[in-house]
Amino acid sequence: MSVGVPLEAPTVSGPEEGPERSDFPVYLARKVGAAVVSFVMLLVVGFIIFSLMPSDPVSALTRGRPTSDAQMNQLRHDLGLDQPLWERFLTFVGHTLTGNLGYSYEYHQPVSTLIADRLWPTLLLMGSSTLISIWLGMWLGIRAGWHPGSLLDRSASAVSLALWSVPTFWLGLILLVVFGSGSVGGIPAIFPAGGMQTHGTAGGLAPSHVLDVAWHLVLPCVTLVAVIFAQYVTIMRSSIIDERGNPYLLTARAKGLRDEVVRRRHAVPNALLPSVTVIFLQIGGMIGGAITVEVVYSWPGLGYLTFTALRIPDLQLLEGTFIVFSAAVIVCNLIADLLYRALDPRVRRQ
Amino acid sequence: MSTLEHDPAPVGEPAEEKAPSRLAPIGRFVVSLLRMPTGLFGVLVMLGFVVLALSAPLFIHPSDLSVTQADGPLLAGPRSGYPLGTDPAGRSVLLLVIWGSRTSLAIGVMATLLTMVLGAGIGLMAGHYQGRVGRLLMHVTDWFIALPSLPLAIALAAVLGQGATSITIAIGVTSWTGTARLVRAQTLAVEARPFIERARALGATDTQLITRQVLPNVMPLILVSSTLTVASAILSEATLTFLGLGDPTSVSWGSLLNNAFMQGAVTAGAWWYLIPPGIAILVIVLGFTLVGRAVEHVLNARVQPR
Amino acid sequence: MTETAVRRPELGPGEPLLDVRGLTVTYRSGRDPVYAARGVDVTLAPGETLGMAGESGSGKTTVAMSLLRLLPVDADVTGEIRFRGEDLLSVNWARMRAVRWAEASVVFQGAMSALNPVKTVGDQIAEPILLHEKVGEKAARERARALLDSVGVPSRRVTSYPHELSGGQRQRVMMAMALACGPDLLIADEPTTALDVIVQAQILTLLTDLVKERGISLIMISHDLSVLASTCDRIAVMYAGRLVETGPSRVVITHPLHPYARALAGAFPTLGDPASRRAPGGLPGDPPDLREKIEGCPFAPRCPEVEDRCRTGVVPLVEVVGAPDREAACIHVPGYDAAVARG
Repeated sequence: MSVGVPLEAPTVSGPEEGPERSDFPVYLARKVGAAVVSFVMLLVVGFIIFSLMPSDPVSALTRGRPTSDAQMNQLRHDLGLDQPLWERFLTFVGHTLTGNLGYSYEYHQPVSTLIADRLWPTLLLMGSSTLISIWLGMWLGIRAGWHPGSLLDRSASAVSLALWSVPTFWLGLILLVVFGSGSVGGIPAIFPAGGMQTHGTAGGLAPSHVLDVAWHLVLPCVTLVAVIFAQYVTIMRSSIIDERGNPYLLTARAKGLRDEVVRRRHAVPNALLPSVTVIFLQIGGMIGGAITVEVVYSWPGLGYLTFTALRIPDLQLLEGTFIVFSAAVIVCNLIADLLYRALDPRVRRQ
Repeated sequence: MSTLEHDPAPVGEPAEEKAPSRLAPIGRFVVSLLRMPTGLFGVLVMLGFVVLALSAPLFIHPSDLSVTQADGPLLAGPRSGYPLGTDPAGRSVLLLVIWGSRTSLAIGVMATLLTMVLGAGIGLMAGHYQGRVGRLLMHVTDWFIALPSLPLAIALAAVLGQGATSITIAIGVTSWTGTARLVRAQTLAVEARPFIERARALGATDTQLITRQVLPNVMPLILVSSTLTVASAILSEATLTFLGLGDPTSVSWGSLLNNAFMQGAVTAGAWWYLIPPGIAILVIVLGFTLVGRAVEHVLNARVQPR
Repeated sequence: MTETAVRRPELGPGEPLLDVRGLTVTYRSGRDPVYAARGVDVTLAPGETLGMAGESGSGKTTVAMSLLRLLPVDADVTGEIRFRGEDLLSVNWARMRAVRWAEASVVFQGAMSALNPVKTVGDQIAEPILLHEKVGEKAARERARALLDSVGVPSRRVTSYPHELSGGQRQRVMMAMALACGPDLLIADEPTTALDVIVQAQILTLLTDLVKERGISLIMISHDLSVLASTCDRIAVMYAGRLVETGPSRVVITHPLHPYARALAGAFPTLGDPASRRAPGGLPGDPPDLREKIEGCPFAPRCPEVEDRCRTGVVPLVEVVGAPDREAACIHVPGYDAAVARG
């Protein structure tokens, strides 16, 4: 596992090559079917980890609180722990599919409510970071790949390697202490020391609120971008390098086009194709980074929720976030598969 | 690194195609490795940290590490006697960071061993048994790759309880897929060669084939993979410990940062407490990564002579 | 057929369209420099067709690509390439880009990979038109359709992608594209490789008709002498980066003077055996390593008529006595000694 992300460009389960291009509905059905299977396996693994492995969830739940044996037995019954294994699994599956992810004893709320509340901050953080990283990664990656071995290329690689080699959370801590604490070397606290908004500001879409959130978003976003943009640089760079050797670029040059135009109009669209899908595949790798960034900056998202769930540990809550994160990745992978298919003209037309 | 200089002969008899003496190629390998600036830097870093970690007990006393017995100024910046300042309990940050390398390296290496065993084991089997078993293993591997690793590691470590073992297991379980894929691909490549057919025709059993023919050919790959895995394992350990899943009593880089975070070093602006553990992680991860890449480069250069 | 807005200086009578002198190309990427072309002289009159023949590595593609400076950056090109009197090796890049395609264009081999897979065929044909001429998109699109028509591809195909067309159609598209800006010179690099024999014949006929119709000069590169014989007025044979024989195609094929040309001409390709089309029939040995500076005639190691003096000094290309439009670089050429003595 790398909590950051590995630096080799990942492989895409690309389109089927070859003369028989299957119909899109067939392809769709296959991919969706595979996603469903993945999801079922996820539920199995989740069940194993959270329901089978812990020795006695009830004692963990009631730790520190005086509980009589009768109460504990009642709790066990309520949680369905006295039922046979397969029944428990089916109940679990049923509940999950209907959105019932359990009850958090720490927060005294249903897990699904907690998750729903914290979903938007995480989406905001990951979404903005992804967009910025893609833009930055593409800009750098395309130029680095077009002139491999150049100063730009080598510097970009060196910086990427350095950023990958530090833990995300440490980067966050450093940025926070330098820019958010006001206690280092006379640098004033330009950015807030955490959280998503200042207490007492109006909510909703009021411009002051939006700005306030944006101001709070800067440091967490910069931290997350610093770690993940390297991945996009690598992807674009290898895509462009792969394209560079292609004969059609010589044709373009022979037509009298300038180098930048050849790159922009011919190489990049071709290189972009595999990159688009890989972007979705990267989202899974980003989740680790997002979790730690949320912790460092007390950003009230799913990652921070997971962190607070570790304290007891609140297993139902942990299970809920685990399933949500993993399911999100399964969906993103599915989107990546479908997107490639939809975008490549070689595969699109019948 | 010691493993490279004293690489033992492969398990069992060498495959028919191998040269009888294995020391000369090793020597050449090490020399080519050290000739690359990245390889040299990486090896020096690795050696340096290992030496530091192993020799730490010689110059660090328990009183330096004890919260109650340390007598430095509390959370003070760098000054004479404390080149990297002190933590909230008055302990020297420099000594803490050096001592922390022991746990971090230990967990990193152990987790890597687990990853290698799991990954290579599954990869070998997936590549060797190409029927239903192989395909099933492949699908499981692919599914595992899709799973986001930190949530899984957190889940495992949380359920297994705080401590070094659960972290090691969590890292191992989330990192084996990369190695498994590599090993599987290599196994398939090796088994496609004619000498495997011959060995099979001569009646070699599956175990013999794997251990005597495939494994020696897969070893270099595993070597490269393991250096890179140690790098990511150290990063993972730091993260998991930072999140509070480590042993609260042991000192590691992650736990130092966890303490710093929890005890308000950020708001206090105690950069001397926050920066060194991260730098240590950066340097050692770079070191291992560069060695891994250099090894890969040297191995590739030998396989495809220009 | 509409024509371009680019004004080109008229050529004087007898003035060649293309006059290449002393073209030398050295690749300097690896440790050793590779001498891909050495001292090549080529002249082309307007409307003339020239075939360049030789094995892979003979330098024919290198020479052709160097005309429009399409070689990679590590290629060191010296000499003179006078196109309409202008030395293309000394013009600035803006001028070079203006010359490209508008005055001289290329039909590359392997149309599948020479065409951009994610752009329509129409877009790719229209692209140079939009670049070099002041026309709008609609007009360019119309020209593209007309061009497709003229090469025998249904004009509705203008919205197709390359992979949707057959190999032969793609090659026709390449030709349509090359003609888009009305060039004076067309360079066709192995235009019929990877096509089956019937399609090959169609493409060749189409090419010759098109260039004849429009008075375009053609340089065709091929390892296949028979292809060149049927389409070109003159043939130049290259070996190891040097010209070894030139002359009217009919004569070079039927009565080749240079031993290598003889081997090439004698190698009638066997149907179904692609290898025989590349290596001259039964010629032992391999072409020389271009990284080494070669003493004497490069063909000496494989030549059935080699003599001692072939291995030293330089064996220059000399005019053949009695046939002023023929040249060959061989000591056995009638008039060789006299020509060398004259200097």
